[in-house]
Formats: sequence, C-alpha cells, structure tokens
Amino acid sequence: MKEAAGFHFKTYLLIAFIAFFAPLGNVLLGKGMHNVGSAKNWAPREVLHILGSIVASGYIWLGIASLLTFFVAYMLVLTWADYSYVQPSSSFAYAVTGVLSYFLLGETISPLRWLGIAVICLGVFVVGRTPPRTTERLPAA
Amino acid sequence: MREFLFLTLLVISGTGGELCVTHAMKKIGEVHDFRPLALVKFMLRALRVGWMWLGIAMMALAFFSLLAMLSFENVSFVVPVTALSYAAGALGAAIFLRERISAQRWFGVAIVCVGVTIVWLSRR
Repeated sequence: MKEAAGFHFKTYLLIAFIAFFAPLGNVLLGKGMHNVGSAKNWAPREVLHILGSIVASGYIWLGIASLLTFFVAYMLVLTWADYSYVQPSSSFAYAVTGVLSYFLLGETISPLRWLGIAVICLGVFVVGRTPPRTTERLPAA
Repeated sequence: MREFLFLTLLVISGTGGELCVTHAMKKIGEVHDFRPLALVKFMLRALRVGWMWLGIAMMALAFFSLLAMLSFENVSFVVPVTALSYAAGALGAAIFLRERISAQRWFGVAIVCVGVTIVWLSRR
C-alpha cells in the first residue's frame, strides 16, 4: 500500500516537472525563432544563415536547457511507467503552453483555440484515469 | 501546406524517437536511486544502448522541424497541434512496445485528436 502511494507520488511529481519545463522550453524557443525569422526560399545559404542565428540566440539556448530538464524527467519516469500513460498525461503541458504564450509572448489566442486546448486537456484527464503500467515489471537498475 | 509538411515530419520523427528512447529505458530497468552520481551513471548507461542514439537522432530531426514551424507560426498554435503525436504514440506503443492500450485510453487519445483538430481550425 505504502509502496503504491510512493509509486504514484514519484510518477505525479516527475509528470509535474515535465508539464512545466516542456512548455517553458517551447515558449523560449518560440521567442528565439520569432527573433531569428523564417526562411523565405529555403536556399542552402539562407538556411546556413538561419542556423547561425539560431546558435547565437540566447533564448534558444535557454529553451534547450529547459527542454533538457524536461527530457531527463521524462526518461526517468519512463523507466517504470508506460509510454502510452506518460505521453498523454504530460500533455497538460499544452494548457501551460497556452497560458505562457499569452502572458510571456503576448500572443492573441482566440476562443476557438482555447476550446481546442481545453478539449486536449479533457482527453488527457480521461487517459490519466487509466493505470500507469500494463506491461511486466523489469528488474531494477 | 508547409505547416502540414513540417507537422507530419515532426509527428513521425518525434514519435519514432520517443518509442526508441522508451525501448532503451525499458532495457535498462526501473530507477530507484535518485542521487546525482547515480543519475549520472544511469545516463552514461543509457548512452550505451543503441536504441537511445537512434531515438536521439529522430528527436533531433523533430526538434529542427519544431524550430522551423515556430519561425512562421505562434507557439500557442504549434505546440497544441503536435498533440497529434498521441495517436501515433498510442499506435506505436501497442505495435512496437506491446503495451496493452485500454478502450478508455483510446477514447482519451481520440478526444485529444478532436482538440488538435479544433486548434488547427483556429489557424490564422
């Protein structure tokens, strides 16, 4: 019983990490790419120039650091929980992304888009009520 | 059109990469020791699994597709539509990882897909 409570606690804690650092990383990447700009004709020289701008962008590096934090939490939780449970559960990150985009980037988000994000969260809620593991447990590391 | 192309590339390479990483993690086994040194050793052990490198390569491709989409679309559009990978992920998990996906999970994934469609329709 105690083991099950601990199992669920560490799962939810790491999913909370995933749900915060993934959106933060994406918002920082969005800010960085907005500054870099889009390719017009995808010519090799233009793509190289854009790659150079990406490497030189501080926002991009901060976004990568945030996504690396997310990635480590993601890898850890995958060692005991099902992929098909972790992936949809962590999609609460989509709602957090909407909120951060609105407040940090000043994006205009239409009611239809908020509705879409809310429906995604509903889907996440449905998936989150299923057991975290459906396959056999592997030996501990 | 370019939104659709980059989204397809992002979903296929991203989901494929995550499936490879999951396969690698399952090979290593469950983590119980969360001390920094133990985590570093765990990371080094993970990097010795071939599936991990294949997964990282595919996720890198997904990352550059994401950057490309973010260069011409809003974050609040790009990130939600990538939730399409849930359908691909559930399918891949059932086929390649032999996870048993319950009807309730499939129902949840279907709702997520409806949400993605609504967000896509909200495009400028």
